[in-house]
Amino acid sequence: MTTKLSEQQGPYFGAYGGRFVPEPLIKALDELDATYQQARADQSFIDELAELHRTYTGRPSIITEAKRFAEHVGDVRIFLKREDLNHTGSHKINNVMGQALLAKRMGKKRIIAETGAGQHGVASATAAAYFGLDCVVYMGEVDTERQALNVARMKLLGAEVVPVTTGSRTLKDAINEALRDWVANVDSTHYLLGTVAGPHPFPTMVRDFHSVIGNEARAQMIELIGGLPDAVAACVGGGSNAIGIFHAFLDDSDVQLWGFEAAGDGIETPFHAATLSKGVPGVLHGARSYMLQDEDGQTKESHSISAGLDYPGVGPEHSWLKDLGRANYHGVTDSEAMNAMRLLSQTEGIIPAIETAHALAGLKHLATKLSANASILVNLSGRGDKDMETAGRYFGLIGDK
Amino acid sequence: MISVSETLRANQLSGKGSLVGYYPAGFPNVHDSIEALVAMAENGCDVLEIGVPYSDPVMDGLVIQQATELARDNGFGLKDLFHVVREVRSRVQTPLLVMTYWNPVLAYGIERFADDLVDSGAQGLITPDLVPDEAADWIEISKQKNLDRVFLVAPSSSDDRVRDNSDVSQGFVYSVSTMGITGERANLDALARNLVQRVRTLSDQLTCVGVGISTPEQVREVNQYADGAIVGTAFVKAYQADGLAGLVAKTKDLASGLG
Repeated sequence: MTTKLSEQQGPYFGAYGGRFVPEPLIKALDELDATYQQARADQSFIDELAELHRTYTGRPSIITEAKRFAEHVGDVRIFLKREDLNHTGSHKINNVMGQALLAKRMGKKRIIAETGAGQHGVASATAAAYFGLDCVVYMGEVDTERQALNVARMKLLGAEVVPVTTGSRTLKDAINEALRDWVANVDSTHYLLGTVAGPHPFPTMVRDFHSVIGNEARAQMIELIGGLPDAVAACVGGGSNAIGIFHAFLDDSDVQLWGFEAAGDGIETPFHAATLSKGVPGVLHGARSYMLQDEDGQTKESHSISAGLDYPGVGPEHSWLKDLGRANYHGVTDSEAMNAMRLLSQTEGIIPAIETAHALAGLKHLATKLSANASILVNLSGRGDKDMETAGRYFGLIGDK
Repeated sequence: MISVSETLRANQLSGKGSLVGYYPAGFPNVHDSIEALVAMAENGCDVLEIGVPYSDPVMDGLVIQQATELARDNGFGLKDLFHVVREVRSRVQTPLLVMTYWNPVLAYGIERFADDLVDSGAQGLITPDLVPDEAADWIEISKQKNLDRVFLVAPSSSDDRVRDNSDVSQGFVYSVSTMGITGERANLDALARNLVQRVRTLSDQLTCVGVGISTPEQVREVNQYADGAIVGTAFVKAYQADGLAGLVAKTKDLASGLG
């Protein structure tokens, strides 16, 4: 094969991807694709986004070596790419600022977004405030309850938050509702999709906006340890932070890539969100990819303590990387993730998001696959402030409501 | 058995026009959905669209979402779909199309789904989230088995897409009247008229207009420029409000808009 893995531009990643959407959306996808293709070749766009990241997002994000945490993991060195230090507290802002600039280019005054944990919703509301756009965020009713703090943040930022009460009332249904809004309002509205799923060009475009994570980290690791890490790890829900940090390393065949999915109560139970470990290929939300479904093609409900990973689909590029064997995907249970959340907090003074804690918990498994003193780069994709209520209840810190 | 396109064409020539009725299989349960579809055929629907309840219906408004969610809660499965088709087919001659999101077909197997459509007596598929660009397998299989394939065109579709989606369809092409999801609208967009005009100019395909139609006046108006009016939400609402009697009354009411 002559094409590098990192040069895949969609709409297909092997057998995955595509545009499985109602006809009324095709024009909007074409327009977005054309605008994005133009922008990515336009130095003024690249400069504008880089300047925003420097002066607003807070890029480049630093790398912190987690020495005390690593002692509990194994004979490895662990390096945290600190996306939690970005403005709004997660990697989500990288994509949001890029897409908000595109919305401006397309002359769209209204953005809509879906959110699970609320991190993408907060980032979208932030960009809307910064650029003076109207913003509506769709959020499953279940998630508005378990992520109430982020609902308040979005509202304070001036966004309207619409609780979605159909289906499983989580991220999957929030995406359905956002797609319905987009079909009806496509002329005035940009759908600021928050992950590397959905119809083309979203998986490619969102990946590109997050690839800044891996591009920075690759150079930072070379400077820090004089070479590349032995493995790169991230949590995977839809897969945006994972693709963001993987992408710069796709063609470094010596670097292992590991994605950690939410195994909920355990992948041997029906209560998990381990799409790549337990799913089969199908079509969900506009793309062909692995997904959790029953024999009739009905999407199964996913389960995870982490709202951001509680999604029965995954971005098509991950499905492709899995089939190629280029990336490995492994499930992490709720309790493993929560223990890792506490461990990082108490060994490093860094409280990670519950999503991110899945990647941290997975390192124990990963360490067994690596040689002694191996280096692992982990995407610390978000901070855990939003999860204090869940964590407080889980660990009995604040008592029952 | 008379085909969908023959039915539409004959009704257009006679000046009557056509009423295409959507109703979800399995709502509120399998047995009652059969009775509902038969009643729609017997009281004025010229073509039936049998909807497949699906977990993620992104093209549907709240009324159809709630109806299909209830059907799923009551245990609806794809085996029930073909049972419904077979039962309805055994009782009425009305052409039957199945309307389904794409993943259930993929999961079932496209060819197997097509065989079971033929076997149970349906004429083809309407695929709201499958554009022809992604439909190579379905186009080939449906041609082999002479099944209708109804794709959508929208006011936002380019002329190229209006022509291609129309030409590759068989039965008719579905003109989405307005930019939005299913549900009733007080005023049908002038967009619908323009879209149908574009289909007429760019293709020889028949076209029916759907999304937003709920009154006999709208049925009449649409049939003045298109080959049929598609109604879904209004039927489901009528059944929700007054059961089978309500559905029969609504069907008669809407059919009164035909010539």
